[in-house]
Amino acid sequence: MAAPVGPLDYSRRLWVRLMLLVVFVFLYAPIATLIAFSFNDSRRNIVWQGFTLDYYGRAFRNADLIEAFANSLTIALFATAISVVLGALAAVLLWRFRFPARAGYEGAIALPIVIPEICMGVAMLVFFSRVGWPADLPWPFNLSAITIAHVSFCFPFVAVVVRARLEGFNRELAEAAQDLGATEWQVFRDVMIPFMRPGLLAGGMLAFTLSLDDFVITFFTSGPNTVTFPVKVYSMVRFSVTPEVNAASTILIVVTVVMTAAALWMQHRAGLKAEGAAG
Amino acid sequence: MTENREPDRPIIEIAGLSKRYGPIAAVDSVDLTIRRGEFFALLGPSGCGKTTLLRMLAGLELPTEGTIRIDGQDVSMVPANRRPVNMVFQSYAVFPHMTVLENVAYGLKVDGVPKAEVRQRSEEALELVKLGGYGARRPDQLSGGQRQRVALARALVKRPKVLLLDEPLSALDAKLREQMRFELVNLQESVGITFVIVTHDQDEALSMADRIAVMNAGRVQQTAPPAELYEFPRTTFVADFIGSVNLIEGRVEASDPGRVTLSARAVPVPIEIEQDAGLPVGTTGWLALRPEKVDIAKQPPADAARNTVAGTVEEITYLGDASVFHVRVGADHPLVKVTIANVDRVTGRPFTWGDQVHLSWTPTCGTVLAQ
Repeated sequence: MAAPVGPLDYSRRLWVRLMLLVVFVFLYAPIATLIAFSFNDSRRNIVWQGFTLDYYGRAFRNADLIEAFANSLTIALFATAISVVLGALAAVLLWRFRFPARAGYEGAIALPIVIPEICMGVAMLVFFSRVGWPADLPWPFNLSAITIAHVSFCFPFVAVVVRARLEGFNRELAEAAQDLGATEWQVFRDVMIPFMRPGLLAGGMLAFTLSLDDFVITFFTSGPNTVTFPVKVYSMVRFSVTPEVNAASTILIVVTVVMTAAALWMQHRAGLKAEGAAG
Repeated sequence: MTENREPDRPIIEIAGLSKRYGPIAAVDSVDLTIRRGEFFALLGPSGCGKTTLLRMLAGLELPTEGTIRIDGQDVSMVPANRRPVNMVFQSYAVFPHMTVLENVAYGLKVDGVPKAEVRQRSEEALELVKLGGYGARRPDQLSGGQRQRVALARALVKRPKVLLLDEPLSALDAKLREQMRFELVNLQESVGITFVIVTHDQDEALSMADRIAVMNAGRVQQTAPPAELYEFPRTTFVADFIGSVNLIEGRVEASDPGRVTLSARAVPVPIEIEQDAGLPVGTTGWLALRPEKVDIAKQPPADAARNTVAGTVEEITYLGDASVFHVRVGADHPLVKVTIANVDRVTGRPFTWGDQVHLSWTPTCGTVLAQ
């Protein structure tokens, strides 16, 4: 007979196992179905008809979809680059200096994280129409409005991640560099940035995935000539859910999962390194 | 510039130096001179201002008042990166993302020293701290002691006029700490650079330094070589902080050249001490008496007219090499400590709890202090 179930052996209790199973089914069944049906050899995509890669080919030949994907990547790259710089500077500011209402400022920076996206979207729409932001600029400047909107909700994530990393910074490292003859700028470049690097990378990855798959805010700020990938997928769904939509969505899922995994792995590795240095 | 070359000129001259944080003075009008090539220690309890003083020497804090001259030049307001001093930090602050060699080379690199020279000098510095061949290692592959050597090499490679060390041995275990004391002294002798070390450990200061400044509450209490500090403390704080001491409060009855007479409530006979520094008659004086300089016997001493007191052994502390007898001499007086070296393995202890004993001391053994 198996050993009796101990008081802390939760994973060996039947009801806990059932619970876990239900959670996983609810979480991942829709995604698994979506991916599976991207290989379905059927236009209507309701009944499984057989395996094909046909719809991936069609997705790649769909010029509108490719253009939307290129737009999304461009926006994500620019938004990430700007967010990393702004977020890192905000984090250093909050960590390094003491000034009145610092706590309030710190809270205000995190605000875009908690504000409902729909409100952010409406606010952005009102803002851009109010200032009369030009919509008919040549590529890639026609993406500027969306990029600005994305930066406004991406950089707080970078700031939060980098700020958390700076908590573990030993100020004596900066003082040692200064003592050895480094100017303020050299201290920042040679000591602070290398220390922040894992946070910058992780924050950047986070910003990139957030920007790439954002729908709500983008929907309010995009014009007819600036369709992004999620917005395009949405418009395709309105006609019919073909395996082509599934294929496009699967590609997006793969890109986001890979990026998130990379970000997590980098943070994990930095954590291990920090432990090694401390021990 | 010629006056800077004067060999007798102190390397560091501190005058009226203060650092205030709001109403609190971390360093309070300190005057101090540190001689060229000296191993100098700033000693004091936590929060006495010794680290703030060291950081002002490094330029990491700027003084509220007063001046610091290094090698004749006023550097009071010069930022840290332009001062001819380098520091070994308490946490060593070895850059974790650089190799050992890159760490040591960093200070020369930012100074724009040619690459070949940087490499050569860095490797020499690593040899100096016995880390030759460790250049390619990462700091997380080093032990605490090795990281400290990297910090030393990194500071010395710049050939500073003064090397500042902030509690350099506090993070090491006891055995390694003792070994590093010798190594630091040898290193200082071989490079000939002035070392200024901050420590709260009196053994460390006494064993390494040529001269020690004892600090308390932001002020320097006394600056002297180790033996002078121990044998001729100038304040009760110094007497108490350096080693162990019995302090007996009394009234100054007479103060003749070379001799001070004190009457204490705890001691029935007059206390006579030979010392040059006189005290005003009628004021409060403190007899500072080291435990190892007190004689303890079952019989009263031959000269029972002065410098003796009777008491009862109340506690005994066995320390291996010595035993400390705590003797009650009066109901409300602190116990008087007497140390006896355990020279013989076989003989039992000469006194036991409750024994009536007579304590005595010669006029050359103690010091009478005014404060």
